[in-house]
Amino acid sequence: MAGQEQQQPQSRDSQVEEDIPEAPPAPPEAQASASTEGVDDLLDEIDGVLESNAEEFVRAFVQKGGQ
Amino acid sequence: MTAAPEPAAGGTLPAGGAMRVMGAETEYGIHAPSAPSANATMMSARVVQAYAQVTRQRAAGGAETRWDYTDEEPLHDARGWTVDRSSAHPSQLTDQPPVLDAEAVALAYGREELELDGQDESGTLLMNMVLGNGARLYVDHAHPEYSSPEVTNPRDAVKWDAAGDLVALAAVRRLAADPDLPPVNLYKNNTDNKSVSYGSHENYLMPRSVPFGDIVRGLTPFFVSRQIMCGSGRVGIGQDSSTPGFQISQRADFFEAEVGLETTIRRPIINTRDEPHATADKYRRLHVIIGDANLSQVSNYLKFGTTAMVLSLIEAGLAPKVEVFEPVAALQRVSHDTTLTAKLRLLDGRRVTALDLQWMYHEAAAKLAQDTGVGDKVDGDGHTHDVLERWAAVLTQLDNDRAAAASSVEWLAKLSLLDGYRERDGLEWNDARLGLVDLQWADIRPEKGLYYRFLARNRMQRILEDADIAAGVSEPPADTRAFFRGRCISSFGKDVVGASWDSVIFDVPGYGRLQRVPTREPLRGTKALTGALFERYREAGPFLAELLGHNAPPAA
Repeated sequence: MAGQEQQQPQSRDSQVEEDIPEAPPAPPEAQASASTEGVDDLLDEIDGVLESNAEEFVRAFVQKGGQ
Repeated sequence: MTAAPEPAAGGTLPAGGAMRVMGAETEYGIHAPSAPSANATMMSARVVQAYAQVTRQRAAGGAETRWDYTDEEPLHDARGWTVDRSSAHPSQLTDQPPVLDAEAVALAYGREELELDGQDESGTLLMNMVLGNGARLYVDHAHPEYSSPEVTNPRDAVKWDAAGDLVALAAVRRLAADPDLPPVNLYKNNTDNKSVSYGSHENYLMPRSVPFGDIVRGLTPFFVSRQIMCGSGRVGIGQDSSTPGFQISQRADFFEAEVGLETTIRRPIINTRDEPHATADKYRRLHVIIGDANLSQVSNYLKFGTTAMVLSLIEAGLAPKVEVFEPVAALQRVSHDTTLTAKLRLLDGRRVTALDLQWMYHEAAAKLAQDTGVGDKVDGDGHTHDVLERWAAVLTQLDNDRAAAASSVEWLAKLSLLDGYRERDGLEWNDARLGLVDLQWADIRPEKGLYYRFLARNRMQRILEDADIAAGVSEPPADTRAFFRGRCISSFGKDVVGASWDSVIFDVPGYGRLQRVPTREPLRGTKALTGALFERYREAGPFLAELLGHNAPPAA
């Protein structure tokens, strides 16, 4: 069932690791309140998750009609 | 039938609040990055096929009313359509069903693959499944669609809609593990930002006695404004996103009419499709096509909960007396105004914001809930009080604490991430990375989907525990006919040759003919009414003998 399926090793892990995009330069003023620190940390994580080559990926997402 | 221990079993739900028979339909965006030109219908069929492999449940073809099967129908005909044919959308009976035959498969993937596949001797891909949780998983146009089982309240609507995301995820995992097939990504969103939109629909059961004009008048101002709580957010303005920017709703720019029958062209705010999937002289199934697909549980909860309450207002004749001037333009104006300050003109001359409109509906709904008693915290129906509280809390936060609202309102959560990127990296709204954030927000894989990254960091509120949602993948709701449908599939799947919203069809050894069990009353076939029957039998034959022999079918 789906629950078991979720726990199976993700066969695409290796690809996920390769997908890390070039890290954008850190902003010079890194004066962090707790909340901005949280946002920076969040963005760092998301950087590592985003598909590489944003432009091509977004362009290729073409759907056929729906309701 | 067994005796009903609960008054509500097979009867009615408390009126005046948020309880109502309802359900969700989600069309997923589908994309194979390594095979961008792959046929979308083909890929969608792969998704259904993959889930069939996951569950090993024998798919029951979606029996639609036009295939009006009776017990006189010969066996072979039934097998012919349940196995070989796909069906149209449950509410689009006039559509030609899409058929993927061996030739189409071969064209898309090559002959060898077709032979490897081999699940169906006919070479036809499975396009349609009825699931053990009472839901339907099938190919709708060029998208995989999950239609949730019928539920009675907004919390369960969220649960079984989110369970559908796990169903879709299981299929995605299965395909990813197959070295012979391109991995497929599924997105719970509503547009490709290139002028195409696909829907996430809501269905609400209403008494047929309510005049449709009342529904149109009562719902239109509500639908124009509810997106401020339920919108999923979208990068790009206009159907083709040609104007850079961000807007509240995925769907608003694709609506062009106030009232109408269409769902794919000239989409109307109020859809007039009337296919009750139930006793037609008693019920109408209100088909709502304007909503965004929601990953945020709170946005989804409020979408179903507040809409159900507004329908209760309309039934009681107590909907706010407001009419928005040019509602289609107003809908888009609200979507394009993330400050929530745009004033909409009412026909009586007043000018109000979307928040004002929502407060009018909240006030009326709270009064009706109080007058009927369903909104009482202790003695109410168990749902309405919570919907009213959350509704008010979100409206208040939208007005004065948007950072707090961002933990529940989906478009604000997405906007917070986009703003983070814009500030850190100085990105303009037409930057492809923002488009990617918008798209990948809705990836249903927890490790890739940005909503799920937010959820993992507790940046989004939950309505349900993960375990509750996971249970909904295999368990049907207990309090609607979906229980009967789902349990028939999970207990006697090999003997079920067809199922639809309002019937389950058995082919049981020893019976010379197909046995069609109608389920035309959505509040019958519940666990209270049929649970003991399922417990008593391990074989479909004796089960049917008791169900059909000693008792009337759930509802003839």
